[in-house]
Amino acid sequence: MSLVLEVNKKQKGKDSWEEPFYLNMGPQHPSTHGVLRLFLELEGETIVNCDPIIGYLHRGIEKLAENLNYNQTIVLSDRLDYISSAANNVAFALAFEKLFKLEVPRRAKLIRTIVSEMARICSHLLWLATHALDIGAMTVFLYCFRDREWLLNIYERICGARLTHTYVRVGGVRRDFEPEVIEELYRFVEEFPKRITDYETLIDTNRIWLKRTKNIAVVSAEEAFNLGLTGPCLRGSGVSYDVRKFRPYDAYSEVEFEVPVGQNGDTYDRYKVRMIELRQSNWIIKQCLDKLSETEGELVLAENSPDLLMPEKVREVSAQPHPKLGVMFKPKEKEIVPVGEAFASIESPKGELSVYVVSDGSSRPWRLRIRTPSFVHISAIPHMTKGHMIADLVAIIGTLDIVLGDSDR
Amino acid sequence: MEDLWSNLFWFLAGTVILLIVSLLHVAYLTYAERKIIARMQQRLGPNRVGPRGLLQPIADMLKLLTKEDIIPAQVDKPVFYIAPFISLVCAGTGIALVPLWENFVISNINVGLLFILALSSLSAYGVILSGWASNSRYAFLGGLRASAQVISYEIAMSLALLSVVLMAGSLNLGDIVRAQINSPFKVYLIPQLIGFFVFIISAVAECNRTPFDLPEAETELVAGYFVEYSGMRFALFYLAEYFGMLVMSALAVTCFLGGWAGPFEVPYVPFFWFVVKVYALLFFYIWIRATLPRYRYDQLMDLGWKVLIPLGLINLFLTALIKLIF
Repeated sequence: MSLVLEVNKKQKGKDSWEEPFYLNMGPQHPSTHGVLRLFLELEGETIVNCDPIIGYLHRGIEKLAENLNYNQTIVLSDRLDYISSAANNVAFALAFEKLFKLEVPRRAKLIRTIVSEMARICSHLLWLATHALDIGAMTVFLYCFRDREWLLNIYERICGARLTHTYVRVGGVRRDFEPEVIEELYRFVEEFPKRITDYETLIDTNRIWLKRTKNIAVVSAEEAFNLGLTGPCLRGSGVSYDVRKFRPYDAYSEVEFEVPVGQNGDTYDRYKVRMIELRQSNWIIKQCLDKLSETEGELVLAENSPDLLMPEKVREVSAQPHPKLGVMFKPKEKEIVPVGEAFASIESPKGELSVYVVSDGSSRPWRLRIRTPSFVHISAIPHMTKGHMIADLVAIIGTLDIVLGDSDR
Repeated sequence: MEDLWSNLFWFLAGTVILLIVSLLHVAYLTYAERKIIARMQQRLGPNRVGPRGLLQPIADMLKLLTKEDIIPAQVDKPVFYIAPFISLVCAGTGIALVPLWENFVISNINVGLLFILALSSLSAYGVILSGWASNSRYAFLGGLRASAQVISYEIAMSLALLSVVLMAGSLNLGDIVRAQINSPFKVYLIPQLIGFFVFIISAVAECNRTPFDLPEAETELVAGYFVEYSGMRFALFYLAEYFGMLVMSALAVTCFLGGWAGPFEVPYVPFFWFVVKVYALLFFYIWIRATLPRYRYDQLMDLGWKVLIPLGLINLFLTALIKLIF
């Protein structure tokens, strides 16, 4: 409402010729990647002002989590960034494990690394598909979906779900890999680098693609820092920051991989960084698969991991001395989980995903706070679009790789 | 008197047959596009209606005809009604001027080429008016883009065709083909390679096809100028686009690829070579749609004004010079 008033105020006292052209893009628009609404002030086709409005997909996940137990909360994490739900699961599980002081078995760690990297490939493939489609290259879209489909089928074999997995549990993973899954993953890992080369030949050698991405939305390293960009968007600006390298979690300390960085910080560099990340993820999966054979037969869930149905309250009856009765039995509330707080952050495909949890001893988080990359990245849109054209706007939304489920929570 | 009546009868019969044939071509062009692009993109394309989905265009047409024709409250009604018809008529009429074979052309006028150019410029009015009348911001932006695009590419296209006119010495399309057959290379494609290049690119832009589909850029402007249209009016815009492709391909065949002439005569099918060439060009249109991303508005203008128009001018100048010397 305030927006409308503001517009009226701006229009008042101005000649109708000077009146800026306002365009309301979204929330139902094919290239805003969900329900992002952008209020644009245009001058011809050039963007003077851009005002992102979010909240159309708000489901109150943080509040919901306060009424669900820790294991149930992981189900909510699927709905954050629904394209890479396995990575979100891992972030939640890591925070809770820190809180419970659980040690995860090595095999579970390796499996978690594999599924998070699969999530990264899925997410980057979907990003490439939609980014290319936004710019107008339709064929890449379907090629990418073909390979994403393959991965989703593998996910289905792993845990029975394709999009919202809830495969990771507090203390490990739900079930072990079947031998067929490992075979299929090996096949995928062998084949996938060729597919990446395919995509690159489709768009990387295309002059129109280069024209549309080079020198578009240039973000310097300092600006990227100030805007709070993380993940490939930050690395595209030349900052070599990756949570997987700096605060390794799961099995990332065991595997080798490179952190690609860009130089100019434009859309093309971010594209390049993601393409290299696809190869790196593929390599990580391969290493983890090799290591998986060493841990054959191990448990994939820690022995002391919490039960799926955590009781809401546990009362312990204890005997206390009583002056008249001699002894009295009094129920006393017992701590189910340790009181305290825990923080975990992971390198999700879109950026740094952090989870902060505060526990009051009951089976439900007292407060859960999630820092999602998409939310921060949306706040960078006004800065990045200034002076660009509408056609660049869709390229910028694409290059930031936002998911509205992630941002609105 | 009897002669006149029989002439009129044959003229009308020819018109109706050509109309039906070209409408069928347009309908099946949509089918061909969907099938070919599907094959290029590793999917199946329409395959439910009829054998191999062959009845899909008819099903689409029936569906669009029976749909409710929604007219938004804020539109400029008369203009909104007629805009799609302007588009379609201007795009489709051109086919009547193209000589399909030696002695078959519906309307053999001496300024045929000029007439086709005039029609294709007029068809921009359909786009601009629909964008304006819809009273929607997206449609308005689409209409603006279309007008800028059509005006700039019209010039490059005219320049390319002007060199052909210089070589043939006539604006009559039949005469242009005959001049080509009598020329040393049999087609103008070889001496007019630059002209052909300029013409094809401008023709793609003229039909609002990828990579120049800015007026209807799906991901930016949702659907551009026809975003408020529905039902049959929406279908008319589609028909106009595909008719435009057909006419532009026919024009390219006539002016650069030697029209009905071919390496050998095919008995009883005088239009064989013409149709083969047109199909090849149509395939080219579809092919680039599956391959290329979209240009940005300013880059499109750059390409038009800084590359194609100078190229067309140089080509025209060279043609005139060579014509003067020999």
